[in-house]
Amino acid sequence: MSSSDATTAETTPRDGRTDEKGAAIRAVGRIGRSALLLAPAVLLLLLAFLGPVGWLLSRAFTQPQPGLQNFVDLWERQGYLQVLWNTVAISAMATPICVLLGFPVAHAMTYGSPRLRRWLVFIVLIPFWTSLLVRTFATVILLQRNGPVNAMLIGLGLSAEPLPLIYNMTGLMAGAVQVLLPFVVFPLHAAMLRIDPAYMQAALTLGAGPVRAFLRVYLPLTLPGVLTGATLVFISTLGYYVTPAMLGGPRQTMIAQTIQDQIAQFGNWGMAGALSLLLLAVSGLVLLLLHLTVGLKAVAR
Amino acid sequence: MRGDGLGGWRALRGTVCGLVTIYLLAPLIIVVIISFSAASFLQFPPPGLSLRWYTNLFNDPAWTDAIKVSIEILIPSAALATVLGTAAAHALVRGRIPGASIIGAALMLPIVVPAIITAAALFGIYRGLGLNGTLTGLIIGHVVLTTPYVVATVSSALRTLDPRLEAAAAILGAPPLTAFRRITAPLLMPAILSGLLFAAVASFDELIVSLFVSSARVRPVAVQMWSNVRGDVDPTIAAIASLCFAFALAALILESLLRRRTGAGPT
Repeated sequence: MSSSDATTAETTPRDGRTDEKGAAIRAVGRIGRSALLLAPAVLLLLLAFLGPVGWLLSRAFTQPQPGLQNFVDLWERQGYLQVLWNTVAISAMATPICVLLGFPVAHAMTYGSPRLRRWLVFIVLIPFWTSLLVRTFATVILLQRNGPVNAMLIGLGLSAEPLPLIYNMTGLMAGAVQVLLPFVVFPLHAAMLRIDPAYMQAALTLGAGPVRAFLRVYLPLTLPGVLTGATLVFISTLGYYVTPAMLGGPRQTMIAQTIQDQIAQFGNWGMAGALSLLLLAVSGLVLLLLHLTVGLKAVAR
Repeated sequence: MRGDGLGGWRALRGTVCGLVTIYLLAPLIIVVIISFSAASFLQFPPPGLSLRWYTNLFNDPAWTDAIKVSIEILIPSAALATVLGTAAAHALVRGRIPGASIIGAALMLPIVVPAIITAAALFGIYRGLGLNGTLTGLIIGHVVLTTPYVVATVSSALRTLDPRLEAAAAILGAPPLTAFRRITAPLLMPAILSGLLFAAVASFDELIVSLFVSSARVRPVAVQMWSNVRGDVDPTIAAIASLCFAFALAALILESLLRRRTGAGPT
C-alpha cells in the first residue's frame, strides 16, 4: 500500500494529504486496470512460449533417461563439438566483418546530408523487412557458378574460371552479413548521435592530428555502440538456420541444423533440449559480458 | 568529423556506403529481373522477357493454396499481435506496474531466443494438443513471434508522448477508455500501424516455426518456397520471391511515410 501511495503522490501532487485514501484507491485501481491490459500478452508468453521452451529444455535432463547423459554424449561424441565449434567460429567471423562495414555506414548516417541519411536508413532497413528466405535465395542466384558475379569476375579478367562462391564459408558470410548489418549500424548510429562534437574539436585544437584525434578520442567514444552491435550480430548468428543450409557447405553445419536433425530424423528430444540449452547458455553468457562492460540499458534503448 | 580535412576517410566512407548499397540491393533487383525471364532456368541476364512464371504461379494450386494459407494466418495473427502488443505497451509505460521493466524484457524474449528453439518447443507441445498442421497452431506461433515488435514500437512512441494529455482528459471527466480512444489512440496511430505492418510482414516471411508446425495440407508461402528452393529451381520461385519483396517494400515505404508524418527519428 505504501508504495502505491508514493506513486500517487508523485503523479498527482495536488491531491495532497486530504484525499490520500481516495488517491490510493485510484492508484490501486489503475494498477489493476493495467494488469488487466498486460494479462493477455503475458498469458500468451507463458503458455505459448516460456512453457513450451521450458519443456524443451527440461528434456535434456529427462530423456531418454533422467540424468546428465545427454551432456556426456555431447562432450564425448566428436560430431557435436565440431558443430558447436563451427557455430561459434562462424559467428565470431561474421561479427568483425559487420562492424567494419557498418562503421562507415553508421558514420555517414550520423553526419551526412539529410538526404543521404534518409536514404541510408531506408537501405539498411530493407534486410529487416524483406524475407530472409528471399534474400538468401537471391544471394544463391547471384553467387552461383554461372551467376552474374562469376560472369563479371571472368569478364573483367580477374579470374580465368568460375570461382566456388557458394556452399562454402564465402557464400555463408556473403549471405549472413547482409542480413546482420542493421544490427550493428543502428546501435553504432545511436552511439555516434550521443557523442558531443566538442570532444573532437578540443582534441584538434589541442594539437592532435585528425587521425590521432579519431583513434584516441572518437573511436573510444563509439565503443559502447560497437560492443552492442557486435553482441547482437554474434548472438543472432549463433541461431542461424536458413543461411547455412542454403549458402554453406557440409563443413559449415551449425547448431540450429543439428537441433532440427535431432528432432526430425532421430526423434531425440533429449539431445535437442541439451543443444538448445547450450545455445541459450552461450547467448546468455555473451549478453552478460555486454551487460558487465556496457550495461544492458544501453542495449534496450 | 566534418570539414577537418579527412579527405581520405570521407572517400573511404563514400566507397563503403556505395558498396553496401549495391550489396544489399543487387540480389533483390536480380531476382525481380529473373522473375520476368523467358528462360526455363535461373539464368542472368535472361535471354528474353515474359510473364510465364507469374502465369505459372497463379495457375499452380500448390502456390495459390500457399498464398491463401499465408493470408489466413497473417490477418488474425497481425491483428491479435497488434491488440495484445498495444495493450501491453500501454500498461508497461503508463501503468506503474511493479517490475514493469522485467516484464517488458520478458515480452521481448521471443525475438531474442533463436527461432529454432521456439519452433522445436511449440512442435513438441502441439503434438499432445493436436495443433500441428492446423491454422490455429500456426496463428498462435506467429502471434508469439510478432507481438514483441508491436510492444517495442508502441512503447517507444508512448514514451515520447506527453502523459499530461491523458491526465488532462481524465481531469476533464473522460473515463479511461474514452481518454485512450479519443486522445491517446489517435496520437499513437502511426506507431500502432507501423507495428501492425511489421507484424504482417514478419508473419508472411516467418519460416522456421511454420516449417515445424505446418503440414503438407496447411502450408504457408515461406514453407512452400523452402521446399522448392533446394530442389529443381525454376523461375516460378523468383516470381513469388519478387511478390514477397514487393509486399515488404510497400510496407516499408508506407511505414517510412508514417514515421515522417509523426516526425519521429529513425528506428
